[in-house]
Amino acid sequence: MKYWQEELETMPRKKLKELQNERLVWQVKRMYENVELFRQRMDEKGLKPEDIKGVDDLHKLPFSYKKDLRDYYPYGLFAVPMKDIRRVHASSGTTGKQIVVGYTDGDLDRWANCFARMLVAVGADENDFVHVGYGLGLFTGGFGAHDGAVKLGATAIPISAGNTQRQIQTMIDFGSTVLCCTPSYAMYLGETINEQGLKDQLKLKAGVFGAEPWTEEMRHQIEEKLGLKAYDIYGLSEIMGPGVSCECEYQCGMHVWEDHFIPEIIDPDTGEVLPEGEQGELVFTTITKEGFPLIRYRTRDICSLNYAPCKCGRTHVRMNKPQGRTDDMLIIRGVNVFPSQIEEVLLKVGGDVTPNYQIIVDRENNTDTFLVNVEMSEEMFSDGIKKIEAIEKTITENLRSTLGIAPKVRLVNPKSIERSEGKAKRVIDKRKLK
Amino acid sequence: MFIKQLSIFIENKVGRLQAIMDTLSENNINIRALSIAETTEFGILRIITPDVEKAKQVLREVDVISKITDVIAVYIDDKAGGLAKMLKSITDAEINVEYMYAFLGRTEGKALMVLKADDEAKAEKALLASGMELASPDII
Repeated sequence: MKYWQEELETMPRKKLKELQNERLVWQVKRMYENVELFRQRMDEKGLKPEDIKGVDDLHKLPFSYKKDLRDYYPYGLFAVPMKDIRRVHASSGTTGKQIVVGYTDGDLDRWANCFARMLVAVGADENDFVHVGYGLGLFTGGFGAHDGAVKLGATAIPISAGNTQRQIQTMIDFGSTVLCCTPSYAMYLGETINEQGLKDQLKLKAGVFGAEPWTEEMRHQIEEKLGLKAYDIYGLSEIMGPGVSCECEYQCGMHVWEDHFIPEIIDPDTGEVLPEGEQGELVFTTITKEGFPLIRYRTRDICSLNYAPCKCGRTHVRMNKPQGRTDDMLIIRGVNVFPSQIEEVLLKVGGDVTPNYQIIVDRENNTDTFLVNVEMSEEMFSDGIKKIEAIEKTITENLRSTLGIAPKVRLVNPKSIERSEGKAKRVIDKRKLK
Repeated sequence: MFIKQLSIFIENKVGRLQAIMDTLSENNINIRALSIAETTEFGILRIITPDVEKAKQVLREVDVISKITDVIAVYIDDKAGGLAKMLKSITDAEINVEYMYAFLGRTEGKALMVLKADDEAKAEKALLASGMELASPDII
């Protein structure tokens, strides 16, 4: 099997554009009718759905932002009645509140097909055993991979995340051939398997790894340790989840499924669309999503697009690995973390905790370390060790429950956090990923 | 009768204690007793000095946090069993000792202990009732 949906994946670009034109016009019209925020923004620009005749008019449309999802939490941006929403997923937002996305039957089917395309692109077929090591829950990763494997007709192993020993035993006993998880977890699994001398018992041939940044060096190490070929995938809950784009066997960028998502690269400061091949902020328009569609969604990821034909025969544009962010979001052990979330938690903790903090992220043994330094204040300090330790513990616990990932909290001297022009440097990311 | 103690926050970082001592030294502040309590992440340096207010002030100027607290300084016999005898009066009154350390220097036949109890007033009463002698602030 070379393609999952051959006609769509190899569609000549001219025909693909015609399909996009038709779908974009449909999407703009129905969103104008059903999504209040979109209608308001169109009206502010003096635009009517009829003004959008195809992809060439895309640049006229208003942007949408992550903040919109928070402002209209939970269901305010859905374009169908709730009776037609079959499933919701959620991910962390910029503040304590999560963001919610919803899918119709059709959306779930298209999502599964996108993921199945990806599995086929990495060489899987109905004879494979797909080990779903992404968390199955509100996180889109687990269910996205699971549904894709089922759609393909392969055997899904929905083991979810965590419990390394059980993962390894299951991989061996159930004969997993395709591994889906975060690259750092794949690395950890690989190390443990090699320590235990179990590599020979694995049947893995391919791995699809995403949800966090990783390097070519990590790719080689994962391939060596697990004896598989490692592929990069990209996705975000707002657009769909995993399966928005992925590498093919040639591993020269990730094909974006353009019959569903139109990517653009813009200048993050001016909002202008940049010429082909230039690096800038990635923006997506979902042209087939029914439940929760988005027009010109600012991903904040920085990358470039390559429209040159790919040797694999797929005509869909390739994006390179995101090179950074236009906002201050960090991805730590696969979890999105915004510095503003930490500030918010510190302000809420009470006990005179200062909101003067610094995040230090590093990578040791291929796992991210996450340290939060918090400046001590006169009010917070007392003569009792237990009292201070209790504050430290409360901060750690509140951060863990808000972020979904536990940092190490250290109390530091006042004014010890580096400030430039009076503004504290909030994030030090020591991971070298380029 | 309590004496003043200065508790100083020490970040767990090489050179922090040195920096604090340098500041105290430059300002001619003498330390009569001290103890360091530590956790894996931070420490508290507790000192007894005649210039407690000045010490707090000069430390604040170099962004070191400190707090003045009341502690009891009690004389014990400088012989085997001296500490046990003093503690018994505290224990009998069901008072918890949070920490304790010894004063530097000697008075003939006596040692001086600095003591912090969960209930300072009650501890003072219990000690006095059992005939222990407390030091007054001017011994510093």
